[in-house]
Amino acid sequence: MSRSPYVSQAPSVSLIMLKVMLALIPAIGVYMWAYGGGIVLVLLLASVTALLAEAVMLKLRQRPILPFLSDCSALLTAWLLALSLPPLAPWWLVVIGTLFAIVIAKQLYGGLGFNPFNPAMVGYAVLLISFPTVMTHWPAPLSLAGAPLDWSAQWHYILSGDLPAGLLPDAVSMATPLDYLKTQLKLHHVTSSIMQAPQFGMLAGSGAEWVALAYLFGGLYLLQQKIITWHLPIAFILSIGLMAAGFHWWQPDQYAGVGLHLFGGATMLGAFFILTDPVSGPTTPKGKLIFAASAGVLTYLIRTFGGYPDGVAFSVLLMNMLVPLIDAWTQPRVFGHQK
Amino acid sequence: MNVLNNFLGALKNTLAVANPHLQGGVHPDEHKHESTRLPIAHLPIPQHIVLPLRQHVGHLPKLLVKVGDRVKKGQLLAEAEGTISAAIHASTSGTVLAVENRLIPHPSGLPDQCIVIASDGLDEWISLKPIDWRQMSAPELIQHLRLSGIVGMGGAAFPTQVKLRTSPKTPVHTLIVNGAECEPYITCDDMLMREYADEMFKGIAIAQHILGVTRCIIGVEDNKPEALRALQAAAQRVDFAVDIQVVPTIYPSGDARQLIRLLTGIEVPNDKRSTDVGMQCFNVATLRALHRYFDIGEPSVSRIVTMTGKVALARNFEVLFGTPIADLLQAAGGADADVDEYIMGGPMMGFSLPSIDVPVTKACNCIISSSPNLFAPAPEPLPCIRCARCAEACPVQLQPQELYWFAKSKNIEKARDYHLFDCIECGCCSYVCPSNIPLVQYYRFAKSEAIAQDHAKEAANIARERNEFRLMRIEREKTERAQRHAQKALGTKESEAPTATPADVAAASKQAAIQAAIERAKAQKAQIKPKNIEDAPSAVQQEIAEIDARREQAKQAVQTTTEQDS
Repeated sequence: MSRSPYVSQAPSVSLIMLKVMLALIPAIGVYMWAYGGGIVLVLLLASVTALLAEAVMLKLRQRPILPFLSDCSALLTAWLLALSLPPLAPWWLVVIGTLFAIVIAKQLYGGLGFNPFNPAMVGYAVLLISFPTVMTHWPAPLSLAGAPLDWSAQWHYILSGDLPAGLLPDAVSMATPLDYLKTQLKLHHVTSSIMQAPQFGMLAGSGAEWVALAYLFGGLYLLQQKIITWHLPIAFILSIGLMAAGFHWWQPDQYAGVGLHLFGGATMLGAFFILTDPVSGPTTPKGKLIFAASAGVLTYLIRTFGGYPDGVAFSVLLMNMLVPLIDAWTQPRVFGHQK
Repeated sequence: MNVLNNFLGALKNTLAVANPHLQGGVHPDEHKHESTRLPIAHLPIPQHIVLPLRQHVGHLPKLLVKVGDRVKKGQLLAEAEGTISAAIHASTSGTVLAVENRLIPHPSGLPDQCIVIASDGLDEWISLKPIDWRQMSAPELIQHLRLSGIVGMGGAAFPTQVKLRTSPKTPVHTLIVNGAECEPYITCDDMLMREYADEMFKGIAIAQHILGVTRCIIGVEDNKPEALRALQAAAQRVDFAVDIQVVPTIYPSGDARQLIRLLTGIEVPNDKRSTDVGMQCFNVATLRALHRYFDIGEPSVSRIVTMTGKVALARNFEVLFGTPIADLLQAAGGADADVDEYIMGGPMMGFSLPSIDVPVTKACNCIISSSPNLFAPAPEPLPCIRCARCAEACPVQLQPQELYWFAKSKNIEKARDYHLFDCIECGCCSYVCPSNIPLVQYYRFAKSEAIAQDHAKEAANIARERNEFRLMRIEREKTERAQRHAQKALGTKESEAPTATPADVAAASKQAAIQAAIERAKAQKAQIKPKNIEDAPSAVQQEIAEIDARREQAKQAVQTTTEQDS
């Protein structure tokens, strides 16, 4: 009987997922500080929906429920989706997106390890296409909001859609920097003047830039813990950065600079938490570089020339489709073999 | 793509400075100090010795004794048969009690033929004759070695005389001595280098003489400072130069190909042997055995074995081959109460023994008495999440996650494409797998499937050839019969009347018709090609062409033999 090796030294799947969730905590904290406590309810709603959906699907598929619920992958998907949604998203939006991510994108493909597409991004893309107005309806950072909502008002708003008496939706919402930039460019303003608007903050959006920094911080923790390798985030950030730098250098009035593209939108979330989903991503080092660099180019193109303010979700999903090809093309040289 | 390659190359070089050695690999807890605190001990002579005939890679040796024979220690019991085979010697004096199937230390857990000796407790040697190897040529020494019973003692158990036989086509210039001993727990090589460095160096001189080389590199992992010091001291006492190199402690640096790369920077091509790049690698214990055989006259009858794990007193023992593991365990003070498993080899590549009564064999370097508290049973595997930690850990740079997928779906062809057979089964991939997937077992399964497929294919080809040949023979006999009849008819007719009769004409025309039919059949057969291969990729087409060529060759061979037969 041989069951060697008899020893192992590997973090469990649950531990890996939990560490990724731990790496998201700083960003959640910044969210709460910048946008209020609504995000907590959104996270809660997504988590509960994900766990229930996962349990029901496992039951229907006649798979063991507890081992797969405790691997925490559903929970992580829920968190990633929740953090991609507007922090004051209505409850039904969160539930629909999460259900789609877990039931369709994950479980119907075979559950953990078998989904070809990033489940959180599938959920996000479905919502963006189905409910574009709600999805682009971001709350203003508390510091800029005409009438900042407290926790209970935010929770009430998420659950019922009612604002405190006398407040109009415009008082709490505000176009995101990338969205604002897009509409203003269409009105033939130049970037330098557009970026004078208050929501741009110092770098890429007051509130948003701090969230992005928190993602970067969490991502560095994941690198240090060897949960992810450097290839995906570095290639993605470099790719978007180079695209932004090139276009900005060519026509500074038409194209925003590197700072906005790296710290605005979902660049940092994408680089460290979305692209790095191992199941739907490439596995070879070279493949990771190609995948992330291409996703970066696509993200920039969608942001700049496409119909949506951000493009991380779509570019990741598009690149997910190419993963089998990329992996097959980038097989490393095996020991003792000529290339 | 080029830019990318350059970038990656540059990056690899910068990283290579930090870690000049093994790509991939893992560093499990070493657990070596437990069994190195005490010097090597000897066991009392066991009551019974059980010597499996199959202790090595290759053919079964030919039995030379029968039940009831009295044998002395070192007496030849079975001689090497065929090129790749090794002799078996009595490891103590006594009487042959039986030649029968007994359980042997093998992963299969199946019994195999063994010689059982009831020892007389005298341990009486045959008369030992040293061999003056300096005065003898390599071929003569290799002939001698066939009687030595020496096999690779690092665990591979490949007959040593085969490895020492060099060919003028691939001259060897460097002898590599493997003292890496990278597996956790195992310390028999470490202790051998500490206590028998001089004997090992004498073995090096013999191996160099037979191989005709002057260059020798010893590789030792940096976790064996005592052994290193002993080697350096012994090197001072010999009259030839030896390069002793320290390699970092990373499993599996002791794999021969990995070690050669670590020591020389040369990667042995996957389809070649190390001798093709001028190097031959021996384990330290094998070299010591060479010295004992040539300089003293002792054939291979014992080895050093590490007895460790959950025992009262872990240490190394010089053990006679055929000694029951139970005796070894007793000498180490017995197993702890919770022990339920005995592992031969290390925790990375070892296997569980079917019984504690199996004997110590030539490949047995270590016994770990194990319990769930020592090596926790693996948790239920989860699906692969493609995290590629296995790919990072693989010392051969395979893509274990892809191989797993192919093995699981029995897509053996694809697994071959992804270099299944380059896998050395070192276990690094499983060691780092967060989903606890028994990857090595999947690869072993895929390999055996692939080999079975090859055998089945070969068998089917042979059967088809046979059938085709049979049909051809029947057809030929028919023609010959017809010819004979025709001739006979012609002969009788000739004596009666010299002119052709209608019967004669009929026979001739019949024969012509048969001949024409054969020709047609042959032409048709030559034309017929499988229709479904035109769209196949060129690699597959080439494979088919190769198979056809082989088939043609086989056919010709069959024809020649039958022609010779008739």
